[in-house]
Amino acid sequence: MTTPPATAAGHIDIRDVSVRFVQNGRPFDAVSSVSLDVKPGEFVSIVGPSGCGKSTLLNIVAGFLRADAGRVTVDGQGISGPGADRGVVFQQYSLFPWLTVRQNVEFGLKMKGVGRMLREARARTLLGLAGLLSFENHYPDQLSGGMKQRVGIVRALATSPQVMLMDEPFGALDAQTRVVMQEILTNMWQQLKLSVLFITHDIEEAIFLSDKVYVMTARPGRIKAEIPIPLPRPRTPDMLSSPAFLSLHRQLRALIREESLAAMGGELKEGGLAGHDWHMGEQSVGAVL
Amino acid sequence: MANAMRIAALDETAPPSGEVDTPPAAAPVATTLAAGGATHAPVVPVMPRPSGMTQPAGATTAARWGAALRRGLPGLLLGALSIGLLIGFWHLATTHRWVFYIRFTNVPGPVEVFTEAVHLFGDRGFGSHILLSLRRILLGFAVATVLGVTLGLVIGRYKAMRSLLFPAMEVLRPIPAIAWVPISIMLWPTTETSIVFITFIGAFFPILLNTVHGVQSMDAVLVRAARCLGASEFALMTQVVLRGAMPHIFTGLAVGMGVAWVSLIAAEMISGQYGVGYFTWEAYSLIEYANIVVGMVVIGVLGLACSGAIRLLGRVLMPWQSGHGKEN
Repeated sequence: MTTPPATAAGHIDIRDVSVRFVQNGRPFDAVSSVSLDVKPGEFVSIVGPSGCGKSTLLNIVAGFLRADAGRVTVDGQGISGPGADRGVVFQQYSLFPWLTVRQNVEFGLKMKGVGRMLREARARTLLGLAGLLSFENHYPDQLSGGMKQRVGIVRALATSPQVMLMDEPFGALDAQTRVVMQEILTNMWQQLKLSVLFITHDIEEAIFLSDKVYVMTARPGRIKAEIPIPLPRPRTPDMLSSPAFLSLHRQLRALIREESLAAMGGELKEGGLAGHDWHMGEQSVGAVL
Repeated sequence: MANAMRIAALDETAPPSGEVDTPPAAAPVATTLAAGGATHAPVVPVMPRPSGMTQPAGATTAARWGAALRRGLPGLLLGALSIGLLIGFWHLATTHRWVFYIRFTNVPGPVEVFTEAVHLFGDRGFGSHILLSLRRILLGFAVATVLGVTLGLVIGRYKAMRSLLFPAMEVLRPIPAIAWVPISIMLWPTTETSIVFITFIGAFFPILLNTVHGVQSMDAVLVRAARCLGASEFALMTQVVLRGAMPHIFTGLAVGMGVAWVSLIAAEMISGQYGVGYFTWEAYSLIEYANIVVGMVVIGVLGLACSGAIRLLGRVLMPWQSGHGKEN
């Protein structure tokens, strides 16, 4: 393993990682010799059909799962368990319902033993950046889904991790909220200069946010393609209709469509969709993803 | 005859258990989300607020206690009417000495009981019965709470502990606290400790089981989130698992308090030396019929006060819970 230079913090390196699960007494490969890396400060997404093992990969980096083969390092360090050096944002709302918004954000700092005054100041600053300061004394149940997820992101950022791991964080949000959240996230990411590993099944979201998108194959999960996203930053919603964006979108959609059909296996052959117009086909794929 | 009366007396002394048997239901999500979003939303369009909780967490403890008290008021009025009807029936039945299979011939009427109660409360002896019963309840219940919650957290969280401890608990659990009385007298050096032990047994299992259930029904993502934020195992237990299981723990405490009273009164009647249960049974032996009813009413009121105190404490300790909703 090469040691990254000291200045470059937040380098996620996944090398030849395989994970094997047992389901109904039969072992199967959830992830099979996957290699990918997230360079310091890079925003990288993984897309792929359901059950391709993209969340499994993220859980390994987060420290919830162990790889059966291969090696995962963050800044050259192996992973021994979950820790505050890697912020995690989950798809489900994971705020502590018994703590107020600010107490939620302070939680990681409290675990680190940071004093009350410093905690409060840091939490207030971050909540301010996310436009949530006026809700600092509310309980999570009093917030909308988008706000809860923003607090979740802020909470993960509070301990100043070098990397952020995000598992379909906007999956439960409606389309409009999602677009706003994506903009908020890119803004925060650019200001804080951290590395992000982002799991999504939304192609548009992956392109809009990322420097690089990995496409995974259906089970067993392998890396099918690595697509750099050369779109300029800052990204704006009107880019969504630019030719460059649309061509990337087309390319990724084709790659994923193949995998989704493969994932459905014998249930649905390519010919099964041929009788319908393209729009129908797209919808079916969307439903699978 | 005496046995039959004893059983009847046991049944009559059970109001606390009936009162707390229904655990406070969680407020339905739909209603909490539906209520007034418009009151507070210049920044973000969607801003649902639970109906039961209008003040932010920054509100003072005093305000929280006040709000918790105020929520109970309309229920109190209907409650007074209900109790009035009961006393009315009692008065009629005893003044006319009704006999229709049940015999009211020897039953003291409300006026008689009230007079006797006034007399008793002027007497220092009765107060010490009450204080002693309360002391036993508090001791037994406190030990049950500490042990039940601690064991419940451990059993709920660690599979190995569950396999090791739970079978033993499951064997002991179905034995009613009253059935422990003879063994308890043998086990403990004094009658006093054996009565406290019976009270403890009564409260322990509901608290334990509800805590285990609370830990297990907690959203696992909260534990994962806490670990990602650097929580140690100890911090996880005290600041996440315990807090997350709190609503269930309080259900256990309320049920446990009811069972503790049932057990205490039974223990006092059987092995009694002082205490309200002993007083009530003694009144029967001494043919002081009015005192039986005074004892019963006092037991009921004490049980009610104890479980009320637990519910109030629950509201204060869990301000994020929009409403315990038992009155709704």
